[in-house]
Amino acid sequence: MSDNSSNAAYWSANVRIILISLVIWALVSFGFGILLRPMLAGISVGGTDLGFWFAQQGSILVFLGLIFFYAWKMNKLDAEHGVDEE
Amino acid sequence: MSQFAINLLFVGASFALYIGIAIWARAGSTSEFYAAGRGVHPVTNGMATAADWMSAASFISMAGLIAFTGYDNSSFLMGWTGGYVLLALLLAPYLRKFGKFTVSEFIGDRFYSQTARIVAVICLIVASTTYVIGQMTGVGVAFGRFLEVSNTAGLLIGACVVFAYAVFGGMKGVTYTQVAQYCVLITAYTIPAIFISLQLTGTPIPALGLFGEHAASGEPLLAKLDAVVTELGFKEYTAHHADTFNMVLFTLSLMIGTAGLPHVIMRFFTVPRVSDARWSAGWTLVFIALLYLTAPAVGAMARLNISELMWPNGGISGEAVTVEQIENEPEYDWMATWQKTGLLDWEDKNGDGKIQYYNDANADLQAMAAEKGWEGNELTKFNRDILVLANPEIANLPSWVIGLVAAGGLAAALSTAAGLLLAISSAVSHDLIKGAINPNISEKSELLSARVAMAVAIAVATWLGLNPPGFAAQTVALAFGLAAASIFPALMMGIFSTKINNTGAVAGMLAGLTVTLIYIFLHKGWLFIPGTNSFTDADPLLGTVKSTSFGAIGAAVNFAVAYVVAGMTKETPAEIKALVESVRVPRGAGAAQDH
Repeated sequence: MSDNSSNAAYWSANVRIILISLVIWALVSFGFGILLRPMLAGISVGGTDLGFWFAQQGSILVFLGLIFFYAWKMNKLDAEHGVDEE
Repeated sequence: MSQFAINLLFVGASFALYIGIAIWARAGSTSEFYAAGRGVHPVTNGMATAADWMSAASFISMAGLIAFTGYDNSSFLMGWTGGYVLLALLLAPYLRKFGKFTVSEFIGDRFYSQTARIVAVICLIVASTTYVIGQMTGVGVAFGRFLEVSNTAGLLIGACVVFAYAVFGGMKGVTYTQVAQYCVLITAYTIPAIFISLQLTGTPIPALGLFGEHAASGEPLLAKLDAVVTELGFKEYTAHHADTFNMVLFTLSLMIGTAGLPHVIMRFFTVPRVSDARWSAGWTLVFIALLYLTAPAVGAMARLNISELMWPNGGISGEAVTVEQIENEPEYDWMATWQKTGLLDWEDKNGDGKIQYYNDANADLQAMAAEKGWEGNELTKFNRDILVLANPEIANLPSWVIGLVAAGGLAAALSTAAGLLLAISSAVSHDLIKGAINPNISEKSELLSARVAMAVAIAVATWLGLNPPGFAAQTVALAFGLAAASIFPALMMGIFSTKINNTGAVAGMLAGLTVTLIYIFLHKGWLFIPGTNSFTDADPLLGTVKSTSFGAIGAAVNFAVAYVVAGMTKETPAEIKALVESVRVPRGAGAAQDH
């Protein structure tokens, strides 16, 4: 196992990626899907508005993107900090 | 061949397949019983987790709840998928690195306390049992329909099948069986949806059809649906009517609960490496999204079909469907078959030989009714949980599709019930009996106690399932609230904070679980016994917060209590801090202990 200072840097980089991802996670669901829906009311999508689309489909697609992005990013980060599984 | 025979054929064939796989991969040692020897590929694991996860609530119940409420029930869609983001980012890789079998083992070790472990077991049993009640509701609907018996008889038969099935094998049997179940349930869900989408919009992909054009009228499908339902006095389908604060809390509760449910978390113990745990969560969501992107289309299209079947002569300005039509015309056959289950009913109140379906609480429609001599809505009962199963019949699809959907609904309910029963039994035998009461228990007695725990859990769930606290998805939502308030905060704090100590975690879990359970019982009755509730979800105790949404508040209570109590008590020992540090880095995961 590598030394503690490298582990601390790894961990804070991880926490930063998590925070950014969670901001996007909240924005597309609670934001675009619910609270900011009135703001998106002007953008029409198939008989309704963009907020409805985010609530019923868009958020799910973004969630998928987030998880795969995180897995890819973290596997790279593991290798950079020398903490990946041999 | 009659529809009944076709249903039996499809259900029988799918069962034979699952049982065959269970025999082929029967669990030998306890290690295999719980975690399948950690040899499961991320894609396989993702597919099995998706089957485990998508229960009667997702398959049978959810689209029905969306169909009759519209946008306001989008919470189910966002909540039950958004939780995977939390799971993948905050829990799965670290719990895999930790390398034990059960959630309560992690809590017991991280909080260096037998009490913490036992409290975690209790939280887990309460949440899982509530979840099984919801499954039993769905099983009752599905068996009731396909055996053409009452809902109660269907429930009792279903309970026996679930029990026999869950006792059969351990996780390994369950993992590969669940892959088969996923294939059955996703085919069963999407095929009728594709047919219906083609009928209504000409698009073979239901998720695109939902936002496409209604072929018959040339209008966008959702605009057409809005027009049709408002004409009958119901709320506009795409508009936001629900209380916003409650909707946010409900969505959040479902998300946190997803990441706190033991039977789902357990799946991430079974992948070979930490990086696989991250990918596995993504694959799980891919397989779940296939159903979740289809569900809102199923709901919207079914609502349109039902409204048009009840008003076949150009909407409410034309004549309503006649009793004679319902009794004789083949496209109304589904109404007679579902009437037998007691979950659908109609009554010609004004004796005009027609069945008027409209919202009789709407003032405009009341005025119209007075003028036309209607005496209230005559489609008197339409249980939301029947919608998905009845959908292919409503759309007049070929009979093999109907048989396929029956098999799919049962696959969904069975796979989840089995996964939950496994989580309950491992909590009792592995954590409670072996971990706390009798560490020297033999492997044979441990397996026996696991099976006894399953039997007790299913008996309790069946008994409570006879008078369920809500539709399948609503009962399941309560289980999510309980998991959100108890398990998730403890796991997250255990990984992301070294400050939280044993006393803090125990106090947090107990506070979160108790306050949520009390809030639910106050609204749904003590132990869900009807009539013992002091409040209703229509007029809740705290502002607009319904009992299904309280989990997020319970989780906040859990976090707050844990922080305050940990601040006042003895610091976490150095070796536990070192354990937390080691859980945070993937290196060395291969060395995880076995039992």
